[in-house]
Amino acid sequence: MSMLEIRNLSASAGEREILRGVSLTVNAGEVHAIMGPNGSGKSTLAQVLAGHPSYTVTGGEVTYEGEDLLDLEPEERAQKGVFLAFQYPVEIPGVTNAYFLRAAYNEIRKAKGLEEVDPMDFIDVLEEKLKVVEWGPEIMSRFVNAGFSGGEKKRNEILQMAVMEPKLAILDETDSGLDIDALRIVASGVNRLRRPENATIVVTHYQRLLNYIVPDFVHVLVGGRIVKSGGKELALELEARGYEWIEDLAGTGAIA
Amino acid sequence: MTSPSVESLVQREYKYGFVTDIEADSIPKGLSEDVVRLISGKKDEPAWLLEWRLKAYRGWLKMTEPHWPNVTYKPIDYQNVIYYSAPKNKTKLASLDDADPKLIETYQKLGIPLNEQKLLAGVAVDAIFDSVSVGTTYKARLMEQGIIFCSFSEAVREHPELVQKYLGSVVPASDNFFAALNSAVFSDGSFVYVPKGVRCPMELSTYFRINTAETGQFERTLIVADEGAYVSYLEGCTAPKRDENQLHAAVVELVALPGATIKYSTVQNWYAGDEHGVGGIFNFVTKRGKAMEKAKISWTQVETGSAITWKYPSVILQGDDSVGEFYSVAVVNGRQQADTGTKMIHIGKNSKSTVVSKGISAGQGNSSYRGLVKMLPRASGSRNYTQCDSMLIGNKCGAHTFPYIDVQNATSDVEHEASTSKIGEDQIFYCKQRGLNTENAISLIVNGFCKEVFKELPMEFAVEAQKLLGVSLEGSVG
Repeated sequence: MSMLEIRNLSASAGEREILRGVSLTVNAGEVHAIMGPNGSGKSTLAQVLAGHPSYTVTGGEVTYEGEDLLDLEPEERAQKGVFLAFQYPVEIPGVTNAYFLRAAYNEIRKAKGLEEVDPMDFIDVLEEKLKVVEWGPEIMSRFVNAGFSGGEKKRNEILQMAVMEPKLAILDETDSGLDIDALRIVASGVNRLRRPENATIVVTHYQRLLNYIVPDFVHVLVGGRIVKSGGKELALELEARGYEWIEDLAGTGAIA
Repeated sequence: MTSPSVESLVQREYKYGFVTDIEADSIPKGLSEDVVRLISGKKDEPAWLLEWRLKAYRGWLKMTEPHWPNVTYKPIDYQNVIYYSAPKNKTKLASLDDADPKLIETYQKLGIPLNEQKLLAGVAVDAIFDSVSVGTTYKARLMEQGIIFCSFSEAVREHPELVQKYLGSVVPASDNFFAALNSAVFSDGSFVYVPKGVRCPMELSTYFRINTAETGQFERTLIVADEGAYVSYLEGCTAPKRDENQLHAAVVELVALPGATIKYSTVQNWYAGDEHGVGGIFNFVTKRGKAMEKAKISWTQVETGSAITWKYPSVILQGDDSVGEFYSVAVVNGRQQADTGTKMIHIGKNSKSTVVSKGISAGQGNSSYRGLVKMLPRASGSRNYTQCDSMLIGNKCGAHTFPYIDVQNATSDVEHEASTSKIGEDQIFYCKQRGLNTENAISLIVNGFCKEVFKELPMEFAVEAQKLLGVSLEGSVG
């Protein structure tokens, strides 16, 4: 059984149809890259899988570990191991990173029928997790993403991922706005979290990130449909030739 | 306790009927000079206090109820209230099973121990939970340092000179309609005196004198910190209390003599009424402190209960270099209304005040911040900083800000910052994606919003307040 099975998925934001029949199968241990020009629906796909209320699913189905994913609340999806690293991480003033991470960690534990951990024990848990993103403990007393640089916000997403240990991680444009050092840290963090039983979907506009996080499959999304799939060499081809040829191939323009 | 309107309460008391010996300790409804005399007489008060009450009553007769607050309610019939009922006559429930299940559910969510649940719900408590002995232990420790902490009635008996000297010195009986009413008929309350240079070794809490906590609807508190003394006082409790009185008009006076510090923290979670706005407490309170030279008064309040809150804990910065602070979280949900804020009256030179107000409106609640900062001509070099933030949850609630700034000298600084935000769908979704359900997400975001105020609360109070916020906002987003 595949971990994730997307069949003919359509979704819209308000009146605007963005996804127009996306199909994709993801198995445990695989890394899939979703590439495409701006406005092709990449981020929408990521948000729909996480259950963002701004989008309405208008057709198709998504099965996650044999269960109807679309039928679950966003928090249930998270508790069952679906993680979204946000393109624009949200600020929560007044809430420390430590508090937020522990709240998330405990929700996952509760869902697994495990006991919650108290703040003291959580310090031990964190120590390991912080190494994943090469951070010291001082980050824990800062408020969630408030006043963080773009790079820090993305690192914080990967830290949250490390704490939540998802089965299916969806990285939405995690490379955007990163300098080369931050990119290396974020990418190596993701690699360190890779397990044979987990899967990763990397949504990105550029091939750059895929030098670090090497995909097994690359899919090109244009106009809300996957128009081409291939191995990692497809990403290199896109980098070299741009998206135009593939848009022509698809016979449809990207949605502006 | 679903519908404690004054009228229905009166009917209920008569319906159950008091036996003769109890009747001796309650008086007919209504207010007159005779009633004031009767109350004073029942408490064996000295003549000066009776005179003080009568003067307050005569003043009250000439006053009219204030209608400037941004709240609406049906007129109160002051002749339909029973103004004196001795605490021991409160009808007790036989067990927790007789209490409102919703109330019990809230206690459990707040993690209130069983015995305390009983006390709060008004269940007759057996002798095993001996709050009196707890109180006595504390009292002995305090007495060693000369600190007086007792009920107001006891203070009138044991320390009349202190009471006479300071009663009404900050909130005169003629101050306002509700303060005048309180002055005429107040039943009991707390009294604290901390002698010169003494630092009170523990947080004083009404909790520790729980045996006298049933002070009724017209409570009177007077706290005096003598020169260089320090005291931190905690009022209230995070658990909603079973309470059958609809109208509460309390008065709190704080006197901080030169170099003294008084920190006064409140968590108010009285019955807020049902979802249709029926019932609930009218909390019309006058709280004010006077800070002498280099003295400091700090108010911290977390207001989540009551149907209507009308409350402006204030500081008169009388002395040079005095400091006044006000940290407030006010939450309205359902049909609650709150008009709350502070007054900082700068009289002394180089006096400083800080105001941080966080208003949270959910459901169909309506919350107003009303604040006055006044710099008198003498108060040269004085400063005020006010920060006033409102958060809206949902589309049917309201938040309003009424700042009044009056500066009468050229060297004072007044800063006012205000913001209004709506709790973001993106913030909630972000939390949900991290496994939190909607209610926990809102609780987390709102707690973050209130951080600056919560950090002013004593530790154990802060933890309770955070939990309380979650409970208060339950069901705020459909």
